[in-house]
Amino acid sequence: MKFGVVVFPGSNCDSDAFHACRDVLGQPTTYLWHKDHDLQGVDCVILPGGFSYGDYLRSGAIARFSPLMREVRAFAAKGGLVLGICNGFQVLLELNLLPGAMLRNKKLKFLCRQVTIRVENDRTPFTRSARPGQVLRIPVAHFDGNWYAPPETLKEVEDSGQVVFRYCDPAGALTEEADVNGSLHAVAGLVNKGGNVCGLMPHPERAAEPVLGSVDGLVVLKSLLENRS
Amino acid sequence: MKARILVSYKDSVLDPQGQAVRNALHTLGYEAVRDVRQGKVFEIELGGVSRAEAERLLPEIAGKVLANVVIEKSSWEILED
Repeated sequence: MKFGVVVFPGSNCDSDAFHACRDVLGQPTTYLWHKDHDLQGVDCVILPGGFSYGDYLRSGAIARFSPLMREVRAFAAKGGLVLGICNGFQVLLELNLLPGAMLRNKKLKFLCRQVTIRVENDRTPFTRSARPGQVLRIPVAHFDGNWYAPPETLKEVEDSGQVVFRYCDPAGALTEEADVNGSLHAVAGLVNKGGNVCGLMPHPERAAEPVLGSVDGLVVLKSLLENRS
Repeated sequence: MKARILVSYKDSVLDPQGQAVRNALHTLGYEAVRDVRQGKVFEIELGGVSRAEAERLLPEIAGKVLANVVIEKSSWEILED
């Protein structure tokens, strides 16, 4: 499985994602510059976390106009695997590859902490190695992670099983307190209808080695490898 | 030609920043303030287009780029020809 990590001006988790794919998973991995027009034959595109274009206008709003995003859109339309982490998730929302939009966190604070999320759908290429309802300990670091969608979109997303992760307490229960940023229905991660595009606010690449305090992020990353076999 | 585009959250979307501003105003004694909605102002200078073209361009720019139509609404006006 060849991974491509997109680099925007202002990306700051690109090296972490690259390290997780190449050194931890042991897979061929390449950086993809946002101004390029070629995905270099990768099997999975990762849009990493950070502050693409300084979050000017809205988080992810300018990155969506990068030349490479045209290729990513075409790749996704053909069923290619795309994983957006944090700012990458925001870019996917702005690209309309995933439904809804991000509002500022409900308590108007930048959140940088360990959270727990529950796997709601284990039948996606991003969660195949998870158990149904498995609770993962993965950190978040964001200001705009309060996912919102109008009622009709929310219903569609729920009915079609597009919610992949929800914020939960360590025991897996959904509580108001556990929904750290105020996301509707505690949504922490989504897939598109085709199941090949996934966005999540928590950072699996920051929970991929024992030295980081959690290896639960590997559940997401290793699922992608299982998909291939 | 000078124009202005205003972008703010739709009425159906909670605006926590506006609420924080309202609460601050209440703390300062401005009890008359019932609600505050926070938004963005874009002052735009256009060149080489007719007024009719500008009237077509401004809402297009607002809807395509400046506002995220899932959560935001926009309005525009031409200030100077």
